Amino acid sequence: MKAPLKRSNAPIFWALFGAGGMLSALLGPMLVFITGLAVPLGLLLPADTMSYPKMLAFAQNFIGKGFIFAIIALFLWHAAHRIFHSLHDIGIHAGTGAKLLCYGSAMLGTLIAAYALLAIGF
Amino acid sequence: MSDMQKTIEIEVLRYHPEKDKEPHRQVFEVPFTDDMSVLQGVQYIKDYLDGSLSFRWSCRMAICGSCGMMINGIPNLSCQTFLRDYYPARVRVEALAHFPIERDLVINMEGFIEKLESIQPYIIPKEERTLAQGEYLQTPEQLNAYEQFSSCINCLLCYAACPQFGLNSSFIGPAATALLHRYNVDSRDGGKAERMELINSEEGVFNCTAVGYCSEVCPKHVDPANAVNQNKTNSAADYFLRFLAPKGGAK
Amino acid sequence: MSKRRPYVRSMDGWWRKNPFFVEYMIHEGTALFVAAYAGVLLAGLFRLSQGEAAWNAWLAALTNPWYIAFHLAALLALSYHTYTWFKIMPRTMPPVVVGGERLPGWVITAGGLAVAAAACLGLLALVWGMAR
Repeated sequence: MKAPLKRSNAPIFWALFGAGGMLSALLGPMLVFITGLAVPLGLLLPADTMSYPKMLAFAQNFIGKGFIFAIIALFLWHAAHRIFHSLHDIGIHAGTGAKLLCYGSAMLGTLIAAYALLAIGF
Repeated sequence: MSDMQKTIEIEVLRYHPEKDKEPHRQVFEVPFTDDMSVLQGVQYIKDYLDGSLSFRWSCRMAICGSCGMMINGIPNLSCQTFLRDYYPARVRVEALAHFPIERDLVINMEGFIEKLESIQPYIIPKEERTLAQGEYLQTPEQLNAYEQFSSCINCLLCYAACPQFGLNSSFIGPAATALLHRYNVDSRDGGKAERMELINSEEGVFNCTAVGYCSEVCPKHVDPANAVNQNKTNSAADYFLRFLAPKGGAK
Repeated sequence: MSKRRPYVRSMDGWWRKNPFFVEYMIHEGTALFVAAYAGVLLAGLFRLSQGEAAWNAWLAALTNPWYIAFHLAALLALSYHTYTWFKIMPRTMPPVVVGGERLPGWVITAGGLAVAAAACLGLLALVWGMAR
């Protein structure tokens, strides 16, 4: 224990994990229900709930943009962190490789989401 | 009496460093009564069946923290686990998981002792007081803040319950963190900044994935998982805010 | 010379050996569904940026039975994530002291689940209101 202590940079990933975990715990089930079941199956909600004009308007709105970005990016960072630790749990201690794969995918998804939201315009 | 005598099979994981390449199982037929603990069963084996069996024990009343074992795969104090609860099935007894086996049921706890030392488990006074100035006063609320974490008896069941410690033995782990927290939140203590360096380090709290089993098995309801996870919050706050605060916080 | 030779046991398959750990791996496994669902949304967002035809093709694809089956499974997984997230919460958050007494764990769990239920219903109401 006498070796000099190295500060962990885990707080960054842990904070993103926690934010995404909280957001998905609060809204995840209903989001899946709306986008994955209710709208495709025509249940409960009006048929044009996710029509092109409506979704475009939503994605062009500042609040809508922020919401979409937060959901996609934080869900990805939450999942990446958990999967990275699960790989360690099941005995795949790939270290840097696993880290790059997990967090790299989340970073890539975040960038694609940001690009798409900018391309959609304001 | 002999006709009425119930017997139970106790399967012990044996390991003799001078003779065995690896641990092996040995089954003993042990006569028992309903008031006998697993520890008493193991003591019976040593006294009457095989004197070479090694294990640690002392108080027999769940306060010394010496007799922790894996009992049917679950970390428990063998003095407060009863044979009658397993009868007529066989009881499996094994040294605490995640620690190196020194011999039979005796684990090597040097790593933990080093960790215990590293957290400075004593009050580092915030202000020096002379005897004439009297005692350090504390309100009931201030006592409440740490009391639960001071109940730890270093039995190491929580380490045997922690897969992250099993996977990475340099992780400071549940009990040491709970004790560290106990001193950090004591109103009389001023050593928090020093101890936080350990919390923030790569051996620190972020090895924990909130499995929570440590708190389930704790015989003293210390809730070490809570101490570890509170310090994730503390550490993260310090990580992000240290640039804002000109003084204090870890380097 | 020392006769000591401490034996280190293998961790292989540790998570299969205790029901508590099996449950832990299952709730950690919900992350696979969170990731996959985020991927579906990301694909949708990207299609939205490509124009009406692309968006409508993505919407149409969602009616595919495989997608429906996936979303049913994801709904289960994310609901389980919600439940386990708040179940562990009393252990992960700092103690809440009300009137000098520490709030018991089940109150924190129940409170979290109630907030999640309210957030879900609020979201549904909001979407319903905006779609009308």
